[in-house]
Parts: sequence; C-alpha cells; structure tokens
Amino acid sequence: VIHPIPSGTRDVLPDEMRELRAITETLRAVFERYGYGEVYTPAIEYESVLARAPGSNVSPAYRVFDDHGEVLALRADMTVPIARLVATRYPTADPPLRLSYIAHAYRAVRPHRGQMREFLQAGIELIGAPGATGTAEALTVLCAALDAVGLTGYRVGLGDAALYPNLMAAFDVPEEARERMLQELGRKDLVGLEREVQQLGLPADAAALLIRVPQLRGGAGVLGTEEGPVADAVANLRAVLDLLEPNVAGRVIFDLGLARGLGYYSGAVFDVYDPALGAPLGGGGRYDDLLGRFGRDLPAVGFAIGVDRLHAALSGEEHAGL
Amino acid sequence: VNRFGLTIAVPRGALFRDTLDLLDLLGVDTAEVRANDRKLLFADSGIVTMRPSDVPTYVEAGAADIGFTGKDVLMEQSERSVFELLDLGYGACTMVLASVDEEPDPAAEALRRLGVVRVATKYPRIAADFFERTGRQAEIVEVKGSVELAPLTGLVEAIVDLTATGTTLRENHLAVREEIAVATARLIANPVAHKLKAEGIDEVLGLLRER
Repeated sequence: VIHPIPSGTRDVLPDEMRELRAITETLRAVFERYGYGEVYTPAIEYESVLARAPGSNVSPAYRVFDDHGEVLALRADMTVPIARLVATRYPTADPPLRLSYIAHAYRAVRPHRGQMREFLQAGIELIGAPGATGTAEALTVLCAALDAVGLTGYRVGLGDAALYPNLMAAFDVPEEARERMLQELGRKDLVGLEREVQQLGLPADAAALLIRVPQLRGGAGVLGTEEGPVADAVANLRAVLDLLEPNVAGRVIFDLGLARGLGYYSGAVFDVYDPALGAPLGGGGRYDDLLGRFGRDLPAVGFAIGVDRLHAALSGEEHAGL
Repeated sequence: VNRFGLTIAVPRGALFRDTLDLLDLLGVDTAEVRANDRKLLFADSGIVTMRPSDVPTYVEAGAADIGFTGKDVLMEQSERSVFELLDLGYGACTMVLASVDEEPDPAAEALRRLGVVRVATKYPRIAADFFERTGRQAEIVEVKGSVELAPLTGLVEAIVDLTATGTTLRENHLAVREEIAVATARLIANPVAHKLKAEGIDEVLGLLRER
C-alpha cells in the first residue's frame, strides 16, 4: 500500500542512513574539537519571534495555529533560532560563544537534487567574535569539517555582502534602482543588472565598475588595485586571508559578486563549491546586526553545510575517481 | 574537450546555426556537430546538443558548464539557478498577445463582457505573469504545439506566443494586440562552474563581447 508523504520530504532507509550518520558524526566531532557545543532548538517557533530577523527573504514556509490562535512557523534556518536562544538563555554570558547544530530546516523550494523542503543542516555560530578574526575562525572550522569527511575538490568563495550596497551608495544610485539592482544580482541576471546600470546615466567609469565587480572572482589576482568602496571590501577580505593557515587559504577564492539569499548578512559571506556538484553545498557569513534584534547586540559569524548536498558531492567525487 | 575546458550546451532548433557560427568564431570545432543530425554528445569539442528548453536544466545541474538559450526559455523557467552572462543579440523574437484579426478584438470583448479571457500558450508562466502584472483575469490553457489553432477553433480568445516575423500569425488570420517582451539568445553558466572555471568562462565572455 502506498501512503503519500508531502512533496519535498523523504524517508531515509538504513543504507543511506549509515552513510549520512558517518558524515554527521565526523562533522560533530570536528565542531566539538574546536570548542563548539551542540544545541537543539524547537522545529516550530512563534512566527512573530522569527520575524525579528531583518530582511530575511527566506520566510517560513509552513505555518500552523496553536490552540491559542498563535501563529507557529517551521524554522527556515538555524541561525535565527540560535540568535533567539543566545539572547534568551545567555543574556549575560561572556562572549565569544561557540555553538553548533545538526538539525532540520524547512523552506518552500522547488524540490530537486540536494534541495528538499525538509533538509538537514550542520553548522556553527561564533557569537561575539568580530571582524576578520571571527570570520577566519569560521572558515578554519568549515575547511576542517570538509577535510574530515574526505571532500577533496572543494573551494570556498569569499565575498562581502556590504560591498555592492556600499558601491551603489558611493555612486548615489537612487533608492528604488538599488533594490532592483540587488534583485538582478540575487537572480544572477548580469544582463539585467547591466541594463539597470546603463539606465542610471552614471559616468562611464562608475557604470563600468558596477558592471564589472560582480564578475570579479578567482585567486588573489582579482583583488587588484581597486579604489574607493571596493578598496574597503578588498582590504577586509585580505585581512581575513592573512589570518588563515596555508591549507585553508589555499581553499579560498575571492568572489566579489557573491550575494547570499538570506537578508541578514552584513559583511564577509562565503559559499562552498565542489566540482562534483552543480550547486553550492553550503555557506555562511557575518551577521553583525542580527543578535541586536533579539536584544543581545553581539557581532557574529556562522556557516551551514547542507548534509544531503555534501553527501551527493562526496558520492560525485567518488564516482569521478577523485 | 575544447580549449576552454567547458562543456557547452547548444540548442537544436531556431538558434542552432547562429550558435554554431559563434562557436566557430571562438575556435570550437563544430564540423562534426554540423555533419551529424542524430548524435547528441560530441566529446571532442565539448558540445552537447538538446532541445532549447532543456538547456537551463542541464546547465543548472552542472551537466553542462555553459549554454546558449533564448530569453523566452529563461523567462519561462525563472526559478532556475543559472548565471545569465550575456545578451548575444541574435535570434530576436517577440513574445506577443494575439487574437483573431477581426473587429472588435475578441480578447478585449471577452474581458469586457465576461471579465476573463482564455489564453492558449506554450509559455504558461510568462502568460500568467503578464496578465497578473497588467491586472487582468486570464484562464491559461497550456498547449504543446501549433498554438495558432486554438483561437481559430474557439478553444480560446487569445494566444501568447513567440513570433519572429509575424508570418505564421498573419497566415492564420491572427493579429498582434500587445507586445510582452523581446527575447534574444543568452549565454548562461552554471553557478559553480562560474566560480571554479572562471578563466575559461571569462575568456569565452571576452571573445563574445569583442565580436
């Protein structure tokens, strides 16, 4: 008898579960080794609490009413619940706080390979460690975790969420055009972005920079002799790179056009790419303003790895004989 | 593979010849592709050929690193996570709303008297978005072939379709009522290949921009 389950969810049977367990146990051990204690939070929260996250465009996909008529929502990530947890449970603890999680999150996506509506994330949050030092620690743990599970071909693209907004502000781009340009950037539509830029009537060099910056990616060579707002972002990224051990630095490529989907990122952002998978298998960044929304104003950085995607990438690398 | 180290998705159909000409210009050998109608995968030149609407599917999954496809296909599949890198300019077509060329316009009449117009199309998302954007009620009827037939038989009052010259529309006594968008060929890239094969992709992009 076939009994259906909701679209974007699935059952895991023992053969797959053994492989997933091997991955998550390895990740958990790495997080623990770096001093990140594991937490778990409820899968359902009050929607009004989750909504404190600024500009998050991954709004909860599943909502229910409880018996008092309150709206509950399934979490779309773990970062927002952990921001709530830190403000509530650690109101006076001395930073930095190091927390990790291996937990499911829920989004209303089009289900496809490595992206279900219920999906397992493994990640860390480093709270109260500002700037390049904090970012470098997160990248170090990320690479240690991926190395430990045996992923070999991956690279970490490093960008700055504030770069493009600062660039548009520096060139006095009108407010309503900024939103459209960020939208095109988020959609990866560089043709549309170029069209928007050309309609602004900016001086030729300013327009050229707005079109070129999202295309800048690769080794340290792309961090050239940029000036103005680009130089600030580049200096920040260089500062992160300088703090990394060679084996981690060797994994990093710069990606000035990186735009992550979640609205709360404020500085350095990163995505994990592996040649064996067509989509990023994880990512993260700084969210220095998020915890303040919950009443504990601390800078923070974190990352999440999609466990199913990591599993697919490992299997892809194995298949390709890497 | 080719000198860029990229797997290239090439659409068979209206954009096929122009795309191959462009690849010749880039120094990718297309002789075997031109000579062979049935073969789909050309390992020596790194080319895979497919239906135009399948190009974003292969590129999104990373089965091809870059691809050539029409903006109409990208608009219809707007949820695909691919980089849209360059407007190639060729293959220009217009997405139009058309109805039987009589007065008064049957589509406008349906809206005026019934408040809803039935629209046949191969592009249900573009059509639905267009009517939503313009604040009108439409019942979208998806058909797989010969959209022109639908208003002639009374299935619908209007169609949304792609037209290059308008000849097929005229021959079927259909008149263009509104233009929705102009669609040209686009270069797209897989988001991971865009980072990890940046050199090859930027070289292709540079050559195509200079052309």
